[in-house]
Amino acid sequence: MNRILAVLKKELLQIRRDRMTLGMIFMLPLVQLLLFGYAIQTEVKHIPTAVFDQSLSPQSRDMLESFTSSGYFDVTMAADSFEAVTHSIDSGQARVGIIFPPDFDRNLKRGTSAQMQVIVDASDSMLANQAIAIANSIGLIKSQQVLIQKMPSRQLPYDIRVRPWYNPDGITAYYMVPAILGIVVTMTMVILTSIAIVRERERGTLEQLLVTPIKPLELMIGKILPYIGLGYIQITVALLVGVLIFHVPIRGSLLQLYLLTLFFITASLGLGLMISNIAKNQMQAFQMSFFVMLPSILLSGFMFPRAAMPRFIYYLSDIIPLTYYLDIIRGIILKGIGFEYLIGQVTALLVFSIFFLAISTLKFKKKIA
Amino acid sequence: MEYAISTQGLTRRFGNFTAVDNLSMDIIPGEICGFLGPNGAGKSTAIRMLCGILAPSSGTGTVLGYDLLRETEKIKPKIAYMSQKFSLYDDLSVIQNLDFYAGIYSIPARYRQKRLQEMLALAQLTGQEKELVANLSSGFKQRLALAAAIIAKPSLIFLDEPTSGVSPTSRRQFFDIIKSLAEAGTTVIVTTHFMDEAERCDRIAFINQGRLMALDAPDQLKQQFIQGCMVELTLLDPINQLSRLSSLPYVKETSLHGSQIHVLLNHEGDLAQLGRDSGLIPERITPSLEDVFIHIARQKKEGGFADESYPGRT
Repeated sequence: MNRILAVLKKELLQIRRDRMTLGMIFMLPLVQLLLFGYAIQTEVKHIPTAVFDQSLSPQSRDMLESFTSSGYFDVTMAADSFEAVTHSIDSGQARVGIIFPPDFDRNLKRGTSAQMQVIVDASDSMLANQAIAIANSIGLIKSQQVLIQKMPSRQLPYDIRVRPWYNPDGITAYYMVPAILGIVVTMTMVILTSIAIVRERERGTLEQLLVTPIKPLELMIGKILPYIGLGYIQITVALLVGVLIFHVPIRGSLLQLYLLTLFFITASLGLGLMISNIAKNQMQAFQMSFFVMLPSILLSGFMFPRAAMPRFIYYLSDIIPLTYYLDIIRGIILKGIGFEYLIGQVTALLVFSIFFLAISTLKFKKKIA
Repeated sequence: MEYAISTQGLTRRFGNFTAVDNLSMDIIPGEICGFLGPNGAGKSTAIRMLCGILAPSSGTGTVLGYDLLRETEKIKPKIAYMSQKFSLYDDLSVIQNLDFYAGIYSIPARYRQKRLQEMLALAQLTGQEKELVANLSSGFKQRLALAAAIIAKPSLIFLDEPTSGVSPTSRRQFFDIIKSLAEAGTTVIVTTHFMDEAERCDRIAFINQGRLMALDAPDQLKQQFIQGCMVELTLLDPINQLSRLSSLPYVKETSLHGSQIHVLLNHEGDLAQLGRDSGLIPERITPSLEDVFIHIARQKKEGGFADESYPGRT
């Protein structure tokens, strides 16, 4: 106990002198949240659109009006040929091309299907999916209106009422901010602890420690404890930014959020410590941290829904602590659920923590070479 | 008598290279034993094994009565180890470093302040408690590293080249501290390259190519290895003269010491003849440890040395 306290005190003193660490604790959540909170918008609006209207009729103007008033399409170019449309999409000036054939209004009046073409730049899949979905639904809605005009007495056969729970307005920041918070915390914790042991090895102070009566577990715990405090400071900074700047509502219990976050912090610290015990030098530790961070960010469900992943990758994302923390933090902040729904995730993080700490302790031999 | 250290056939190999080869030695409690030998002779490897941070490839031994293989964690609270790197935390202050090791060695709170003050005094840093270690000169760093290592009053201290890169004054002060610790009953193992320090040790262990070549008091070593009459010649071109002198029939050995040549004669009676052959006046000297060192290293190289005939037993 004495020895754990000695290590803890020493680490705190070193952290206090280390501007780099303090910068990471305070600035990282601030900068990352402001940057990504504003930059990452999964809903694509105001897509630049080129229009080639060969019909030049009230009907084609009415249809185009429906596209632009949806807010998703901005007509940025009136083309006078197919080539002009192709060129504007090739060059990236427009991402969508809308082409009305000369017989558009005639077909509509005659009662046959009035065809029109919507070209979508699918080199950006998120934009393309959105543009396609909106174009299709505009087509359906307009068709319904025509049919109802013809048969005013009939009711629509189906009436689907969609209710988007937890984020009815679809505000991206609401689910991005909690996720970025998770990423910032895991990134800082892994990077900071990944150099904790290897730095002492490089400076030669570890050799001195090996000759003392300290036990491996005491050293590991003493090194981890101060960073738990730092993790909480960081989360508080991030939550303040989320609430004050992005107006993210915290629907669940803040106390539960703080309590359950402990397991995520310890899992991240354990992972970093494990890296530190494996790496030969600080450079290696840094590289290993990044090797771990990238899949964490991409596979955890931060950006891409896990449901969309192939089976193998889906199981792979099961061994990423961030996956479970995203469930916890999005669950508590957005859905307002509590511990009773999150027992599985908490258990998983607890298992990670114990596993990483055990490996670190076993891997740390009180021997050199 | 219970030895502070007793090893039997201690060996450490790194791949094909044998760093320490069949080391058997007994260290008497309270003595200062100097490990002397060229770079890469295996001195540091031997010390690391004795500290319990490097597992031997074979051999056995006891340190302070504990088994070297199985009881390393029992040994650690009672020993101190200081490497040439002065393993202190540069970004902590003098007192923070000492306080850290006081905590690691679980020094009870009621003694702690007193002990910290003692160690500050030993390092001659009283009044500079708050100075960052990074700002200290190497002499102070060295004494502080020693103070941190011995804060728990160990009965056995290992010092691995503690005085490299330190000014001569600091070296002397440092060795005075070592002497006073030994007088208080602490056993000290110290590796060094400096002959003046070696002369101050109670016994010297000569280690070359991983093997213990000799273990005895400095004067005993001189008597044992340097038989004949040692003289010194001061020459203008010592390098050119060296081979001519060593080919003279009555000369046993020659060695170069700067602008001087040390010549070992079979008998005192050859002095006059050497004077005539060299055209100089030979000055009779008492052999130094360096002469012993050169003699032993050379015998080993020529292969005419059977190390079993010089056991390190006391």
